[in-house]
Amino acid sequence: MAEESDKKPKLEVVQADGADEGCVTFVMHDEDHTLGNSLRYMIMKNLDVEFCGYTITHPSESKINFRIQTRGGSPAVEPLRKGLNDLHEVCQHVLNTFQARVNEFKERQDQPME
Amino acid sequence: MSTLDARRVKMAAVRDNVEEIRSRVILGEFGVKNVHTTDFPGNYPGFDDSWDMKRFQKNFRIDVVHLDESSMEFDMVGIDAAIANAFRRILLAEVPTMAIEKVFIYNNTSIVQDEVLAHRLGLIPIKADPRLFEFKNTGEESAEDEASEIDTIQLQLKIKCSRNPRASKDSSDPRELYLNHMVYSRDIQWIPLGNQADVFADSCIRPVHNDILIAQLRPGQELDIVMHCIKGIAKDHAKFSPVATASYRLLPEITLLEPVEGEQAERLKRCFSRGVIDLEDVRGKKVAKVVNSRLDTCSREVLRHVDLKNLVKLGRVRDHFIFTVESTGILPPDVLVTEAIQVLMAKCQRLLGEMDSTDME
Repeated sequence: MAEESDKKPKLEVVQADGADEGCVTFVMHDEDHTLGNSLRYMIMKNLDVEFCGYTITHPSESKINFRIQTRGGSPAVEPLRKGLNDLHEVCQHVLNTFQARVNEFKERQDQPME
Repeated sequence: MSTLDARRVKMAAVRDNVEEIRSRVILGEFGVKNVHTTDFPGNYPGFDDSWDMKRFQKNFRIDVVHLDESSMEFDMVGIDAAIANAFRRILLAEVPTMAIEKVFIYNNTSIVQDEVLAHRLGLIPIKADPRLFEFKNTGEESAEDEASEIDTIQLQLKIKCSRNPRASKDSSDPRELYLNHMVYSRDIQWIPLGNQADVFADSCIRPVHNDILIAQLRPGQELDIVMHCIKGIAKDHAKFSPVATASYRLLPEITLLEPVEGEQAERLKRCFSRGVIDLEDVRGKKVAKVVNSRLDTCSREVLRHVDLKNLVKLGRVRDHFIFTVESTGILPPDVLVTEAIQVLMAKCQRLLGEMDSTDME
């Protein structure tokens, strides 16, 4: 369901033994290509990121493994946070533009009738 | 031409070629080229491909082409397929609606089996604003099993078929012989729970369409059913999908590389959808001109003509999405798109919230 209980964490962090904090796999529960691909795009646009990719572990499991490797070992959490913030900002801009255009269109449609 | 000039021409050609790879999908004779987004930092020397919010906001635009109560078409330009596709996917499967989830059959003497009837009822779109309802807690069993006014709509279908006493004796038309022998979605009654009658006074809750045939009855047969609608998303069950269809296509681009005249121009025109190519009269000769490539279906028919295929370049603009959204009628299409964008924002926010709360080690 869309609303998850608070018991299950939505985000987990997996790190190989001895790996630095720049090479991290994030497990995002209840996510798929919708967030995975758009977030991957935003994070790959980041200059600090060497690699970013995701996989859907199995069709019957609703989770994705989201991998980030940074340049120079800076923490992988930072590009993730920046990616999410950027994506949120992009959506906000799309939303504002869409609503403005739709309102304009509706006004234009109303005018010739009168 | 000096070597310096030659080099400059070559550089310009390379630059144009790179620009084409970055911004166009090419429709070739034996396949589609440059399908994937490649404008990531480090891929192209001399290009700044890092994320720049200002640049995005400057280049992004939306044009509404058509909008009515059930469908809309708009252009979304200057965004990557990954994000446009996220909006499309959310429209199809993650914008919530209200649909019949529980069917309590007190009596069903029709020939439609109970489970088939329940399934048919579930698929009927219910005109109720899902934003005014909460998701029902399915996590805890029995504790929250009671239907409440904040998460449930109760509907009733109670109908019995009988003979029409006023039918003429020699009639054989069931429409004249029987009363109530066709059960339509309009026969479904809304039973307000709690304060719903006041809250939804001006927007009566009912099926979107009145003429959906649910079952056919014969005299003596009856249906006595109570239904509960809950809020859900199409990821769980397709009946919750708010759209009949939501799709996008990329803007086609047709370039004539050389002037096409006479018989060839006529043939070229017929290779494309109507309205794409126009013939202009230039000093007694018919010359082909691309007037509206948007109408093209990208059939690539022209590439089957040996003499024409090298005269045109077929492509699609990588970041120009022509969205078509058809609503089922529960919410207007522009509201659906707004909701879809907000769903993606909520996803981001929820992950950000979780990162802040757990502090990630």
